[in-house]
Amino acid sequence: MRRRALREEPLIFERNPTRSRRQGVLLPPLDVPDVDPASVLPADQLRDADPAVPDVGELEVVQHFHRLSQLNYAVDEGLYPLGSCTMKYNPRVDEVVARLDGLAQLHPLQPEDQVQGALRLMWELEEALKAITGMAGATLQPAAGAHGELTGILMIRKALESRGDARDVVLVPDSAHGTNPATAAFAGYQAVEIPSNDRGTVDMAALDELMTDRVAAVMLTVPNTLGVFEHRIVDIAELVHSRGGLLYLDGANLNAFVGRALPGLMGADAMHINLHKTFSTPHGGGGPGAGPVVVSEALVPHLPVPRVLRDGDLFHLVWDDDASIGAMRGFYGNFLVLVRALAFIRSLGAGGLKLMSEVAVLYANLIRHRLRGAYHLPYDAPCMHEVVFDDAVQDEHEVRNINIAKRLLDYGFHPPTMSFPIIVHGALMIEPAESASPEEVEAFCEAMLAIAREASEQPELVRGAPHDAPARRVDEVRAARNLRVRWQPPEAAE
Amino acid sequence: MHPWIGAGDEDRARILSELGIGSIDDLFAAIPEAVRITDLPLPPAADEHAVRRAFAELAAGNVVPDNRPCFLGAGVYRHIQPAVVDAVLSRAEFFTSYTPYQPEISQGTLQAIFEFQTLISELSGCEVANASLYDGATALVEAVLFCHRVQRGKRDRVVVAETLHPLYRRVLDTYARAQRLDVVVVEPEADGRPDPGRLAVAAEGACCVAVQSPNFVGVVEDLPALVRVVHEAGALAVQVVTESVSLGLLEGGGAHGCDVVCGEAQSFGIAPGFGGPHLGFFACAAKNLRQMPGRLVGETVDEEGRRAFCLTLSTREQHIRRAKATSNICTNQGLMALAATVWLELVGGHGLQELARSNLARAEELKRRLADLGGTWRLAYPDSPTFNELLLVGPVGGEELVRRLATEGVLGGLAARRWGGSWPDGLLVTVTERNPAADLDALCAALGRIS
Repeated sequence: MRRRALREEPLIFERNPTRSRRQGVLLPPLDVPDVDPASVLPADQLRDADPAVPDVGELEVVQHFHRLSQLNYAVDEGLYPLGSCTMKYNPRVDEVVARLDGLAQLHPLQPEDQVQGALRLMWELEEALKAITGMAGATLQPAAGAHGELTGILMIRKALESRGDARDVVLVPDSAHGTNPATAAFAGYQAVEIPSNDRGTVDMAALDELMTDRVAAVMLTVPNTLGVFEHRIVDIAELVHSRGGLLYLDGANLNAFVGRALPGLMGADAMHINLHKTFSTPHGGGGPGAGPVVVSEALVPHLPVPRVLRDGDLFHLVWDDDASIGAMRGFYGNFLVLVRALAFIRSLGAGGLKLMSEVAVLYANLIRHRLRGAYHLPYDAPCMHEVVFDDAVQDEHEVRNINIAKRLLDYGFHPPTMSFPIIVHGALMIEPAESASPEEVEAFCEAMLAIAREASEQPELVRGAPHDAPARRVDEVRAARNLRVRWQPPEAAE
Repeated sequence: MHPWIGAGDEDRARILSELGIGSIDDLFAAIPEAVRITDLPLPPAADEHAVRRAFAELAAGNVVPDNRPCFLGAGVYRHIQPAVVDAVLSRAEFFTSYTPYQPEISQGTLQAIFEFQTLISELSGCEVANASLYDGATALVEAVLFCHRVQRGKRDRVVVAETLHPLYRRVLDTYARAQRLDVVVVEPEADGRPDPGRLAVAAEGACCVAVQSPNFVGVVEDLPALVRVVHEAGALAVQVVTESVSLGLLEGGGAHGCDVVCGEAQSFGIAPGFGGPHLGFFACAAKNLRQMPGRLVGETVDEEGRRAFCLTLSTREQHIRRAKATSNICTNQGLMALAATVWLELVGGHGLQELARSNLARAEELKRRLADLGGTWRLAYPDSPTFNELLLVGPVGGEELVRRLATEGVLGGLAARRWGGSWPDGLLVTVTERNPAADLDALCAALGRIS
């Protein structure tokens, strides 16, 4: 890290230990008669003391979070090449428009005639996503990618049920993100793996064998988690459809081909789009995201309610529809995330969106080119928006992917993804995204090359990393063995 | 070229030449011809001012509730929004980072979540809380599935009070169908609460019973009594909270033996935002921690022995367990959990109690003023305890009343049968600290003109 906090920051609960009363915020004056809670609320449910939250002043709170913030790495600090997460720049104008009172302060249960602007905005985003994907319908409800997957699979289930076709299996490639099999199971299906071939794509012969009349859907990530485009996608779709199944595309990697290809032409029946990836809404330290789902004609009747419908210049919410799978969450979606995504799409426009994917792919190939040789490529083919190396070369010096990742922290970069694809042992999945400067991408490559040299010359230096981060190597095993998931007052602890 | 794309035309040409590639098109050669396009059917790029203008126009197409007396609640509440909350959320170190997979460079986010887990645990009366879920409705779903797992999948029936938010029940129905769970709904009695005896009968053989308190029609449930009968029937007890500010006065259900306390924490400093992003929370007993859905932060040490935090028990999660995970959740509501943490720490323990008391006093004052109107408008449940919401009935039904009040410039609340319900066709009115006495005057004056 280039910067560290000056001192350790205590937990807020360790501040003001005497619980002296300080004012953090002024409440609106009580301009009605006060009421003794015990006179109107059940005595056995009233708190006998106020909640054990310390009372501190406003500046104490501001300083607390300012200091904590300084312990974080972020996109605004440098390259964040976390594969499959598409960590790109979060434009400030998107933040400005999402904070307009006419959007941020709207109550979701205001009468429809009072929220026509908000409904129009949702309708326009649906139209934009349909245009970008070539699909027939869209829902903005899902709160994240995994939630979108579930929405899509439930629609597929409903479509099959409505034609009296009960199926119980969902096929997922072994290279898939962990949410895919988890979603299939959550939706009540048995998840069965499709093996990958030696090029990292779907083994067609295996798919042919697995694709029985028990299979409801095949879930594919395009391009897949190895950064390789399923070049036989059309054949796969035909095979799946010919056996009565439906095709679900995981759109986590949409940043690879916006303006270049349409999922609608690939034969997709449903695809979720992570707005917090491709369309740049902030990742927020782990959400909120948004995972709208676009669907083919076959699934349009089954979209979740409420749906936004346009009738001339008026917009309506449809709450009741027997063909629908029902509601997937409260209200209409992570609306203020949707606002940011539409602002991003409008700002870039048709040409900018296409350029976005071009540069994302160009950068990934630049990294592949520069690091090739120094790091092993398990699947040596041109990549799309991300490239997957492994630690086979460094492993000879007993340096693993995790060590390389931690050493990158010393060089001031966020590490790549390591937890998947699980078919690559010691994976380093690198996704630069398009927003960084070429120099930043090149500096990352230089750091990776330096670590490759260190791995052979001073492997202990790499294994002992990080040396220069706000925390030294954190003991995650201890955290899981000796579970402490909340602060305890000193007398209660131990 | 575009400001958000790091490479200009010359940069791209230089990189292509380093790669030995003639055209950018070559990089997309793996995409089959049949699925390719050359242009998107979208408008061209827009400059920043054009974008601001377009969104200002969209915003102007809406009525901002802050500009008039507004009594809408029903799961989304208007509370104080101190500037500090948004200032903290606007720090790029928080909003432009991601899930803290690398604890050495994420201690800020991790410590904030640890504080959030502690706050929710404290308020819910439960031993442990997770790092957040999408929203209150999906938190209910996760709670039900959690109970099903804790009961080892042997009890496929779920009992919910009808007075649990209708939208939450709708979302539960969607998931329950997929999981083949049978959802039984118990209607309220004349006091706006389910009868413990009827609940006990329904609970036999069920994996759990979920009630909302304060409930959808505003009534505070008799949680201690309900938990007793639910446990006697061998089911787990779930409390759902949609108005978290109530926890400033009322003990969280964990204190009464609820096995799960979950719901919506939007009240803690998060803008209504036309329904999202909000903040689902989930709390339970420590013994069931391994069945808990979602992210969890634990305390540990770094190599030098200094206190540090990291994500823990990830063996429950999809990226490790895949099809056997407790939930498919990955990205959740991190920044919203941060907002709630900042808000709660700013408001403080005394402050939260004072704020809750202010809500209670205003709602009680509204009851008195309604009584002064001479009996045209009355409470559906006059003898039941309420916090800051109440069901108002009178000569016109809920939908009609909402319309008539709107013409008087008052956002009166929600038609209580918006999504059906066995309760009277009235208006669900919410009163918070954002409603000064003048708002109560305006509502009562408008009601006085409607009969």
